[in-house]
Amino acid sequence: MQSQNSTNIGLDNSAAPRLWVTRHADYLYKYALTRINDQEQARDLVQETFLAGLERLQKFEGKSTERTWLTAILKNKIIDVYRKKASAFVKEPGATIAEQETDDFFEPDAHNWKPNHRPAEFGIEQTDQLESKEFELILQKCLRKLPSLWLSVFTMKHLDDEPTDTICNDLRISPSNFWVIIHRAKLSLRECLQKNWI
Amino acid sequence: MDELTKIAYNCKKATYLIEKQDIGEITLREKLELKIHLAGCRVCRVFQLQSAAINRMIRNMLHRPVDENIKLDDKFKNQLQHLIDEQLDK
Repeated sequence: MQSQNSTNIGLDNSAAPRLWVTRHADYLYKYALTRINDQEQARDLVQETFLAGLERLQKFEGKSTERTWLTAILKNKIIDVYRKKASAFVKEPGATIAEQETDDFFEPDAHNWKPNHRPAEFGIEQTDQLESKEFELILQKCLRKLPSLWLSVFTMKHLDDEPTDTICNDLRISPSNFWVIIHRAKLSLRECLQKNWI
Repeated sequence: MDELTKIAYNCKKATYLIEKQDIGEITLREKLELKIHLAGCRVCRVFQLQSAAINRMIRNMLHRPVDENIKLDDKFKNQLQHLIDEQLDK
């Protein structure tokens, strides 16, 4: 590599874009992939992040590390993806079906559990069961079945621990909508786990 | 049926409050409603345990050091490098 900075990797606080691929590409890819479960899209986001970084190079003041700065750019791009999913959600046929399904867990009048949807103990209630690899695979499968907006809301809350207000602003949903989504997502995850585990 | 008797049978609302309490906040009134409901509803008590366990599991899963094997392939990296060099040499 022809950069003059190659000798002091990570020590200087000026941006060295010619080393970005070597230094940060894998990290950013993993970061994107854990938040958006789509390899193709994760790759595109890494590329977009580097290009946006190049455009804003003069604005990089070395106040944070190069990696933190690039990660912040990537994070905004991921939120854009989430936001697009949120606005497309209304038109998504899977969403209304999923909503219907969670309503179907309860009796229409009294709102108590229908007998065949009642939660039964299945052994994840104890902490030591959480280590189970098998169980985790099922959980991952069940997560992938959630409508994309539900998954976005879930991921933002549990992965980055974003405050509820921030998530609502980012995704342009109302707080009451947020709680309805969290509730429905959990109901359908739990049902999926029970079906596939016992 | 008065409000508190209603909540005693409303599992849909109880499970909603369980979620809201777990990662957010519920009002004192809601806390009371939930308490009344859970006292009489074994099924929702099971739901509450499972819901918390799922949250813990998801957190563990998401926060685990990411698998070292996840890497971009070299071909794509070369393309990226080329793209960056091109932009810089403009």
